[in-house]
Amino acid sequence: MRILIIEDDRDSAGYLQRALKESGHSSDLAADGEEGMHMAQTGRYDVLIVDRMLPKLDGLSMLKQLRGGGLDAPALILSALGQVDDRVEGLRSGGDDYLTKPYAFSELLARIEVLAKRRRPDEAETVIRVADLELDRLAHTVKRAGVNIPLQPREYRLLEYLMRNAGKVVTRTMLLEEVWDYHFDPQTNVIDVHISRLRSKIDKEFKEPLLQTVRGAGYVLRNPNAA
Amino acid sequence: MQPEPSGAIQRLRKILSVTAVRLSIAYTVLFGIIAILIILYMTAMTSNYVRRQIKHSIDEEIALLGNIYDAGGINGVVREMERNATGPGANLYVVAEPSGQIIAGNVGEIDTGVIATDGWTLRPFQYTRFGASGDDAHVAIARIVELPNGMRMLVGRDLGEPERFRAIVIRALAFSLTAMLLVGLLTWILVGRRALTRLEMVSRSTDRILAGDRTERLPVTGSDDEFDQLSMRLNSMLDRINSLDEGLRQVSDNIAHDLKTPLARLRNKAEAALAAPDGNQSTVMQEIIADTDQIIRTFNALLMISRVESGSVAGELAGQDLSSIVEDVAELYQPVAEDDGFAFSLSVEPSLTVRGNRELISQAIANLIDNAIKYGRTDERAPRIGISLQRRGRNAVIEVTDTGPGIAPEDRKRVTERFTRLEQSRTRPGNGLGLSLVRAVAQLHGGVLDFATNEPGGLKASLTMPLA
Repeated sequence: MRILIIEDDRDSAGYLQRALKESGHSSDLAADGEEGMHMAQTGRYDVLIVDRMLPKLDGLSMLKQLRGGGLDAPALILSALGQVDDRVEGLRSGGDDYLTKPYAFSELLARIEVLAKRRRPDEAETVIRVADLELDRLAHTVKRAGVNIPLQPREYRLLEYLMRNAGKVVTRTMLLEEVWDYHFDPQTNVIDVHISRLRSKIDKEFKEPLLQTVRGAGYVLRNPNAA
Repeated sequence: MQPEPSGAIQRLRKILSVTAVRLSIAYTVLFGIIAILIILYMTAMTSNYVRRQIKHSIDEEIALLGNIYDAGGINGVVREMERNATGPGANLYVVAEPSGQIIAGNVGEIDTGVIATDGWTLRPFQYTRFGASGDDAHVAIARIVELPNGMRMLVGRDLGEPERFRAIVIRALAFSLTAMLLVGLLTWILVGRRALTRLEMVSRSTDRILAGDRTERLPVTGSDDEFDQLSMRLNSMLDRINSLDEGLRQVSDNIAHDLKTPLARLRNKAEAALAAPDGNQSTVMQEIIADTDQIIRTFNALLMISRVESGSVAGELAGQDLSSIVEDVAELYQPVAEDDGFAFSLSVEPSLTVRGNRELISQAIANLIDNAIKYGRTDERAPRIGISLQRRGRNAVIEVTDTGPGIAPEDRKRVTERFTRLEQSRTRPGNGLGLSLVRAVAQLHGGVLDFATNEPGGLKASLTMPLA
């Protein structure tokens, strides 16, 4: 993935670039809003990471102008402001996701990987398959190895999100935001319990577990036999 | 540079700057002008009236003398004149040749040209009484008629008396105005000095308060005047500020303590990581990251609470389906509670709506349920968590009940303060901010958070909000 980081704090930008490189992604750095806008328009990037407070042109205004100019590369907004209304404002300005500083790198990585994939056309698929697990979005049914698995509505949405992002790590916060639409900290391991219930329904009876825990990051649903 | 005004002038200036003094000066000036106008008008009216009276009596006298002339000729007239002319304050009488030569009457000298006038003299003239010295001049008005024999006859009246009357009135006026001004001036000075004294007392107190004396209060003399009332108001404001300040200080002490403690722990662990043999460092590092996350969480919670308490999110309140909000949160926590061994019950009255913020209400309910899961069990009873939503009058009431030790009545107010953690809960994870946020959210939505005993034992937390 080619990533554009627009961030004026050299230390955190440098740390971010190193960490992305270790994860196999290349990145460029812009230190202010104007430079960021220029680079985003001329280079071809898969994801933009935009700090909200930037010199010369703030992150949200820059994004608005980029979107007005037809740029559709997904953007993750970084901000020290974490409140609900700030998030809403950020998403309205053309951001695709919003992450509050300070953040864990694993969280950021999971989010940009999901973001980069989001633009692909498989969104429209009516049946999603991972190994022998099959989710029919029209019939609202889930089958594994041809056996129907009854799910609660929330479990269905949880599985749908995991399957749409199969192979990508999704964090607990992402699940809480996407499946429950909550942006607060639930303090307890609520997501883990929901995942383990889902797991018991889709994996328990079968030899190969699809839903795996990634330590220190989150969960991934993947075909263990795929490359 | 301008020379410094002397002390007395400065003082006077200060007094003149007092509002009461300025007002009373303005009133005195206005009153004085009106009084002068009234008195001028009255003197003009009276002197007019007196002159009309004089003229009337002169007319009558001339008519009488005319009749006498017709009956007894010029000699009769002169006799009649002499009879009338002697008493004190008598009219003036003159009979003169057509040339102006006085031949009879009680007038010695008279302004030239008066005798030659026909009818009323145009303006008062000067004359001297017959036999009096030239210095003893008087002022009079008169009417002159020509007798049938060509002689001229003058009948007049001295104006001394009306003039004296006018003078008395003017003197009285001047005296009373002066007295009024003096009394006014005295009053200004007294009022001004009193006001200044009070103001100086107040500013001295204010100076002491500004200098940091929190116990100082503005002086109250007990006279219950406007100064006292103002001082009392300001004093109660100071009391309120003090208590708020006290609360703030306590909160910042708590914040300092509750953030410093984990920071100190963090630092110790970092030092331990430095000293640890290479293989063991990553475990310590993971602990450090976990601690940091906890600090960030506490910090975020604090920011959230102040944000909600300040009401700055109030503008985003919109109609919300409270029933589905409660169901969603309960659904999120039910598996956790059940895995922890709680019996979980949910009872929601459908389609209750409130004006609010979905995220905040959800978080408040989540905090209550989270508390129930953390603290809601004892060895005496089977653990059980109940969540309900029902309409009570014009309110929606969300109740979260548990089977834990509950909160003693004396602690119920305290638990919603920031960083309050009761003794029995200190061993469990938590930052002591959960209920503060619930209370803040309740207040933002015009509601309240109450605690009661969940009979026979346990806590019943009720979040009451007005229905939309």
